[in-house]
Amino acid sequence: MSSDSATTAVNAGDLRTEEMLLNMGPQHPATHGVLRVMVRTDGEVVLDCEPHVGYLHRCFEKHCESVTTLQSVLYTDRLDYLTAMGNNWGFCMAVEKLWGPELVIPERAEYIRVICQELNRIASHLLAIGTYGMDVGAITPFLYCFREREKILTIFEHICGQRLNYNYIRPGGVAYDIDDAMLGMIRDFCAYFGPKVDEYDDLLSTNDIFVHRTAHVGVLPVKTAIDYGCTGPVLRGSGVARDLRKDQPYGIYERFQFNVPVGTGERGTLGDCFDRYMVRVREMRESLRIVEQAVKGIPGGEIRSTKIKGKIRPPKGEAYTRIENSRGELGFYVVSEGKEVLYRVKCRAPSFHNISVLPAISRGAMVADLIAIIGSMDIVLGEVDR
Amino acid sequence: MAMDRTTLVAEVEKAFGARITEKDLAGFEPFLRCEPATWPELARFLKERCGLDMLCCLTGVDRGKGQGLEAIYNVEACDAKRCGISIRIRVPLDNPVIPSVEKVWQTADWHERECWDLVGIRFEGHHNLVRILCAEDWEGHPLRKDYKSPDRYHGIKNNVV
Amino acid sequence: MADIHDQEFGLGDGATQDGILLTRVDQLINWTRKSSVWPMTFGLACCAIEMMATGASSYDIDRFGSGPFRATPRQADLMIVAGTVSHKMAPRVKRLYDQMPEPKFVMAMGACTVSGGPYIKHGYHVLKGVDRIVPVDVYVPGCPPRPEALLEGLFRIQEKMERERLLDKTRCGARPKVLVE
Repeated sequence: MSSDSATTAVNAGDLRTEEMLLNMGPQHPATHGVLRVMVRTDGEVVLDCEPHVGYLHRCFEKHCESVTTLQSVLYTDRLDYLTAMGNNWGFCMAVEKLWGPELVIPERAEYIRVICQELNRIASHLLAIGTYGMDVGAITPFLYCFREREKILTIFEHICGQRLNYNYIRPGGVAYDIDDAMLGMIRDFCAYFGPKVDEYDDLLSTNDIFVHRTAHVGVLPVKTAIDYGCTGPVLRGSGVARDLRKDQPYGIYERFQFNVPVGTGERGTLGDCFDRYMVRVREMRESLRIVEQAVKGIPGGEIRSTKIKGKIRPPKGEAYTRIENSRGELGFYVVSEGKEVLYRVKCRAPSFHNISVLPAISRGAMVADLIAIIGSMDIVLGEVDR
Repeated sequence: MAMDRTTLVAEVEKAFGARITEKDLAGFEPFLRCEPATWPELARFLKERCGLDMLCCLTGVDRGKGQGLEAIYNVEACDAKRCGISIRIRVPLDNPVIPSVEKVWQTADWHERECWDLVGIRFEGHHNLVRILCAEDWEGHPLRKDYKSPDRYHGIKNNVV
Repeated sequence: MADIHDQEFGLGDGATQDGILLTRVDQLINWTRKSSVWPMTFGLACCAIEMMATGASSYDIDRFGSGPFRATPRQADLMIVAGTVSHKMAPRVKRLYDQMPEPKFVMAMGACTVSGGPYIKHGYHVLKGVDRIVPVDVYVPGCPPRPEALLEGLFRIQEKMERERLLDKTRCGARPKVLVE
């Protein structure tokens, strides 16, 4: 507490109200699912808060050791249900690693994976931005963002028949091929969506109220972010250019030209909510660039490796792989005993780390800012609780 | 500053010698093994001397068949171009205790709670080792291989198939 | 009086040229009720995203008189249980239901709330169907159900509202008052 004169300091001390314990959630419109936060407040100021998770614990890891590998892919969809393609890919990559370098994924499948993942990243960021606008009081971006998101979902529906939980990327390749009509749809979408990003950027990023609600709020210092294991837009918002697509290219990402946007503190302090939001907006443009390049370069050929046929029995071994999902680094630790059913699967979920940093950055914030901070983390409870 | 995995492992071995009980760098997942008592010191060494400032993943595995439980720590650097290493620690099923490293990496706090909740490894020195995912009054550790799902929970039938 | 289902607004054909409307009280109240169903903002998991999509552009649930998603159960008529209910969440769902004023309706959206869905066998921490704790009026299957399916579920709720009898406390005849537990 800062004060100019001794009198104000004394008065401020006298004005301290009785502490209140406030329970936010698990049913709360701004907690993005079933997050529960216990907030200790002094008037409107947050003294301390503690996130309670687990209200959506769906036993993912138990399922993976109870059903076959191919069936497990279905459960990965429901972790981060906004980027189901990324989850499929992360899990399949871990399983594929067990075969070693002799398993080669066909070129066409790799391209399809990249296209789907990046489109899904755009869809996920659109929802993040739309709901974030709604969290801080702007309804309009939500409606616009959902309109564009529907277009991506329509493309996915043509590709794999589902709008949300795709179960599309399978060990060894992808489930179905995409034809020229679908590629045409994706091309059309790219041409349509490019100008739209700028439009929404204008709509929200330059909005004075929005900037006031997000700039200087929830500043996440780099050291804290790393200590808590934050990744993805949350870490990049603090100015660290850590992106596994660049740093440890998996799949065929080294073939594409794209930048890694980081927070700059352009409207406030480095690592505030606005930076995290802005990173997502810029990432959509980069993802669009990747999709355009991939659609241009997609070769013909097989979509599934011939090495994996019929029942999938991953060789004995243990593997840990990570991919850059839309919320950060998604890792899978897989233990196989050479049977159809995996022995143990552990999912390293980015949201799990991102939300654990909440108490550290919300001390001293106003209660209303807490909503802005939670929104800027863009958590999905499905993968926090697994 | 260790840059590649060989240098990293060499440096760790120089400092810890025989306290690194097993080394396997040939598999998909190169790992070092140590005793639980060595772990806090090794963790601090990895973070402060080797620059591995991120604890990415903590996996608890029930190895079954009388082999006890195992905790697998994937430790990485924030600079993702650099190599990480995984550390395995095995503990007996009847006394699964590993010293907590939440003071080294903050993120270990939640990871250790999750590992306690699902696998039942007790992390000594953790400030608040309570269940994180399952309900507070849940019984047993679901990812143990001998776990049986409860027939009823608070009077609600659970096993229906 | 003609059957209310034949009428566009379900108000009967009692309107005369002098601006006098003749209808049954039941019909009038049910018509107003079904034309402004306020669902509770109650997203649990994946299905909640489809519920949001139903409320947003393209599907626009407002067209059917059900736009305002209320954040508090005390202002809601309809609880759309959208997503997996875990054992940890179950007491909260029950409490939210209890906090809703009568008449209240419950829609189980998605396979998880209908029966446990993909988690029915190995999901030790998942409630196998929300009807084990609250009475459900309409089940919408799917994983997740498409927005069209959710809208269809809403229409079924509205049909059910039309059949309400004001003085009949048991409502719709077959609705259980005692919870299945």
